Amino acid sequence: MAKGWSLGLAALLAPVTLWLGLFFLVPLLFIVAYSFGTSGAYGGITLGFNPGNYLLVFDPLYLEIIVRSFGIAALTTLLCFLLGYPLAYFIVFKGRRWRNALILLVMVPFWTSLLIRAYAWVVILGGNGIANKSLQFLGITDGPVDLIFTPEAVLLGMTYSYLPFMVLPLYAALEKFDVRLKEAGKDLGASRWQTFLRVTFPLSLPGVIAGSILVFIPSSGEFVIPDLLGGSRTVMTGNLIQNQFLQSRDWAFGSALSVILGVLLLVAIMFYIRRVGTDKLEGA
Amino acid sequence: MKRISRGRFLRTMGAAGVAGSTLSVLACQPNTSAQSGGGGGGGGGPEEKVLNFYNWSDYVAESTVPDFVKQTGIKVTQDFFSSNEDLLAKLQAGGTGYDVIVPSDYMVAIMIKSDVVQKLDMSQIPNSKNVGKEYEGLSYDPKNEYSLPYQWGTTGILYNKKEIGQLPESWDPLWDTEFEGEMSMLNDTRETFGAALYRMGLSVNTTDTGELQRAADELKKQKPLLRGYFDSTEARPLVQNGDLLMGHVFSGDAFLALSENPDLDYVVPKPAATRWTDNMCIPNGAEHPQNAHKFINYILGAKTGAELSNYTYYNTPNAAALPMIDDALKDLPGYVLPGSVFERLQVIADPGEATREYERLFTEVKSS
Repeated sequence: MAKGWSLGLAALLAPVTLWLGLFFLVPLLFIVAYSFGTSGAYGGITLGFNPGNYLLVFDPLYLEIIVRSFGIAALTTLLCFLLGYPLAYFIVFKGRRWRNALILLVMVPFWTSLLIRAYAWVVILGGNGIANKSLQFLGITDGPVDLIFTPEAVLLGMTYSYLPFMVLPLYAALEKFDVRLKEAGKDLGASRWQTFLRVTFPLSLPGVIAGSILVFIPSSGEFVIPDLLGGSRTVMTGNLIQNQFLQSRDWAFGSALSVILGVLLLVAIMFYIRRVGTDKLEGA
Repeated sequence: MKRISRGRFLRTMGAAGVAGSTLSVLACQPNTSAQSGGGGGGGGGPEEKVLNFYNWSDYVAESTVPDFVKQTGIKVTQDFFSSNEDLLAKLQAGGTGYDVIVPSDYMVAIMIKSDVVQKLDMSQIPNSKNVGKEYEGLSYDPKNEYSLPYQWGTTGILYNKKEIGQLPESWDPLWDTEFEGEMSMLNDTRETFGAALYRMGLSVNTTDTGELQRAADELKKQKPLLRGYFDSTEARPLVQNGDLLMGHVFSGDAFLALSENPDLDYVVPKPAATRWTDNMCIPNGAEHPQNAHKFINYILGAKTGAELSNYTYYNTPNAAALPMIDDALKDLPGYVLPGSVFERLQVIADPGEATREYERLFTEVKSS
């Protein structure tokens, strides 16, 4: 019986193993191999062992870009958490029969391409956009102010784009929460805040961890939003990597940067999970 | 040269500012919109009646392809790319199936060196006689063996004349603190370095480290004054709607804006500016080279050439088409260039190994 079960499991896992192997693992190995190669002047690569590509990353210019990108990703994650937690909490505990409809609304933006949504912000924040018109209508400003093509616009766009990735895991974590625990806290004399801080929040930590990782990883590699909403005034790690493959035609350096970004993300996430505790993740 | 999807749909969406970028990014995904107007197929002849045309988006007149289909019975499939670098990367990956591509000047040189394009058989392109004399022996294809010009234009400054008055023929205004936060430069390494180099009286094709560093220093000084680095199609609506006073743009975008907003003006600065050319080439391994030659010959026809430029608002390299260019277009400032202006224009060439130095410095400028 046990054998039949594992065979069935193997059959079920085969497609995903094949998929990940072909479209994730193999390309990843290519990138690692390329990162030790030597780039041709017009693209292309000669494989070999050339660790020089990695030394290039230690150029202060590039280090600064990597640090800045992580900083913006961290800020995006924090903003998503501050906005997303109350939202998920509200939907779970106050949503009642609207709960499913509300969580569906969180997902609605996914029906439209990220690019179109980012571009919508260009229109909204533009000189003649709704945001500026409203400010003038309310008498807060006299004329159009610069909202678009600013660092704040980039942060707004990133937070907007990745918010659902924070809300959904939080919703999943809070939804399983046994309301009787809250009642028990109340019965034992805890105030609402105390109940939240000592009962509800700790039990929702797996959702916080999952949400933070889901927001932080894609934000670290983001390059479209900084270009569209920031007017390409800054370079992010994502821009830098893209640039190596297209403009500079330095595939080896581009690959080395990708590997470094991947390793740094992995280390950051492991550190984060250690700090918050793996046991809590298992509850998710 | 990153001339992203421009023109017609921008004219319809223009005022709202829903500009090209988004749409162009979508357009750069393989988008096989087969346009078979008349009786395609047909058989006979040595080659299948099919042609795969890979072009910048919105860069061919609406009638051009359907008329070709009607005349020849060759079914044309169009795909679109959004930068020369994308185009090169696709060709290097191989197996694209494209028969005619439209790379810019410096990219033609790179493609010849990388052996991804083939020599043209001029005997199959009698209309090549229509091409202007100024296209003989250009640096990127010295013997005129691999490419024939499609469209050309300049890179200059589009600005709001009503707001700031007539600008001098100079690059200095783009460094003027008076216009802080009201200007943009192209998000294009060579063009933006070009502006700094021209302004210092240097060549756009310098590979001298000292000169490049000086140009980068100038651009770092300029950066705090800029609203951003935009593609030409992004900058156009911003200047047109009054969000910016000045934008570094390609001429076609400037003419498009000028034809809609008479308060604007376009200047080709002194002492030098860029003259760029997009060219038709046939990739190595094209499956329908005969059809490709027929298509190139058709594009270089006098009537087709005029229709093309009347649609794109760029200049025609086709001498025979010149008399048929719309008068309204010819009357725009900077469209018809006097010989003295044309003489001072420079053509961007492939800087070879220095490409990476340029890119590194532009990254440095943006990170400053």
